[in-house]
Amino acid sequence: MGRRQDTYDRRNRWLWIGLAAPGAIWLLVLFVAPFYVMLSVAGGSVNSFFQTAVPIWNPLQWSSANLTAVWHDIVGPGSFLGPPALRTVLYTAIATVISLAIAYPVAYFVSRYAGRRKTLFLVLLIAPFWVSYMMRMLAWIDLLQQGGFFNRALSFVGLPGNTDWLGGKSVTVIMGLVYGYIPYLILVLYAFLDRIDQSLIEAARDLGLSKWRTFWSVTVPLSKPAIIAGTFITVLPMLGDYFTNQLMSGAPSTTMIGNAIEGQLESPGQTGQGAVLALMLLVVLLIPMIYYVVSTARTSREMA
Amino acid sequence: MASTVETPVSGASHLEPVAWRSRPRGNPWRRPWAMEGFTWLYIIWSIVPIAIAVLFSFNKGASQATWQGFSTKWYVGSQVTSVLHNPSLHHAVIQTLVLGGLTTAICVPIGVGFAIGIDRWHSRTSNGLNFVMIFSFVIPELLLAVALFLLVTQALTFIRLGTPAEVAGLVVWNISWPAIIVRARLASIGRTYEEAAADLGASRMGAIYRVLIPLLMPAIFASAVLVFASTVDDFVIVEQLSSTANTQPMSVLIYSNVHGGLSGPSLNALATIMLFVSLLAALIGFVAYRWMTRGERTKGTTEALTGIAGI
Repeated sequence: MGRRQDTYDRRNRWLWIGLAAPGAIWLLVLFVAPFYVMLSVAGGSVNSFFQTAVPIWNPLQWSSANLTAVWHDIVGPGSFLGPPALRTVLYTAIATVISLAIAYPVAYFVSRYAGRRKTLFLVLLIAPFWVSYMMRMLAWIDLLQQGGFFNRALSFVGLPGNTDWLGGKSVTVIMGLVYGYIPYLILVLYAFLDRIDQSLIEAARDLGLSKWRTFWSVTVPLSKPAIIAGTFITVLPMLGDYFTNQLMSGAPSTTMIGNAIEGQLESPGQTGQGAVLALMLLVVLLIPMIYYVVSTARTSREMA
Repeated sequence: MASTVETPVSGASHLEPVAWRSRPRGNPWRRPWAMEGFTWLYIIWSIVPIAIAVLFSFNKGASQATWQGFSTKWYVGSQVTSVLHNPSLHHAVIQTLVLGGLTTAICVPIGVGFAIGIDRWHSRTSNGLNFVMIFSFVIPELLLAVALFLLVTQALTFIRLGTPAEVAGLVVWNISWPAIIVRARLASIGRTYEEAAADLGASRMGAIYRVLIPLLMPAIFASAVLVFASTVDDFVIVEQLSSTANTQPMSVLIYSNVHGGLSGPSLNALATIMLFVSLLAALIGFVAYRWMTRGERTKGTTEALTGIAGI
């Protein structure tokens, strides 16, 4: 480390720049630039004849027409965007809490107690990760349809077995969200919990703390980064989800903000408003995302 | 923690067993049955529905709830709705494989180059680019997909909707896998081997090709498997950027046919093929990862498993 490495790196500077360039250009053209286009469309106008979006490239000429329109749709009297926005927050919050309540004990058990069967458990926990999201949703659609296994099981135990689970029930959508995103959460939690130094827990027990005190004052504080990272991993995609509710219900009573963005983007003359809505979601998510990026950068610097 | 230090401690206390009064009640080495049972319940809940869906892709009838006997008609038999004979179904399989192949072939080399370059090009620009890369990892996919859709329809119209736009989008969405995994591996192997190679007279390109790349191989391979599997699984970006039915991969076809359209076990058959492709990639990745890290002091199987899952 140190000076010699620095000189080596500096002498070969152009090599490193050359190696990074293709990826860097790809990121700039296809990740950074698209959001500028989004801003230009959001601040742009509409071609009144074709009802297509006309982006305005100069930031000084951006109009606030789309923004005003969307704002009225959210809070105005005939607002139709308020309910989906509220629903998105609610579904995400409930699904995240349920996911954490299921994922934490599972990850904790596998990282601490699985012993020699750790490999078996890991294979079983990672398996859903390799099954496509669509297939996992399709599997539940098969089970939940009327006359499907779930309803039959309910009537077998004496409960009403003719519920239309796929006809616009929030419960089904939340279950779908939990089922869809929990494998990632478990893997993230496992990765963090597995790195907790077991001797700290043993020390707490040796020093006389009860099992629960050890858990609350040693394990939980040590797994705080795991819980934070895991929450991000599930919350961020859930807030942008629009397909789980479409698959699990398809009814307007369960639409989320993602559906509103997609719907406006596709309806003629509304592309600009769709862009505004997407940017609003981005602004809301910017703070947690920056937090995540900064903390990731810090951990990777500590690792190096 | 000064108070702990000042507490008078008898000299030999660390040799004696812990004071009797603080001995925890119960056996600390007892197996946590409740937690183990809970874990098994979770595993059953997560895997059984998929197993049922796979099973019913082999059903003789069109029902997804009543078993009517084994048949492969939804794969090859039926002239109308089997994956083999229905044009939209087999186009979807081909499109998925094409996207997976192209995306992996572009994404992995530029992602690995990006990781090595960013790791050594110490400057504000490289820090900024690193931030952009991690951002691309955490941003909700819908926002990126919408932005890309606007880019290719309003500005860079030479990137046509369909396969070109899909590949361009999938590459940028997946570039963080090789970049993050290779950077972590770079940090763990350190610089000693490369310096030794330089001391022994290797040129800088020689040191990269003959020392650095072989050492990075497990990470490169793991990220290739991840990129491929995540492309096969991808839905949001390909849905926004596909154009005609011919450019719809399996995931989009399943989504658009679940409620009406081509329903029934042929969708299960399609999903089972997708599952098989991903599992095959995972298996190849696992075996290759074990083989490439042989002789290294690793945690063996567990590390290979978590390695190819990107954790």
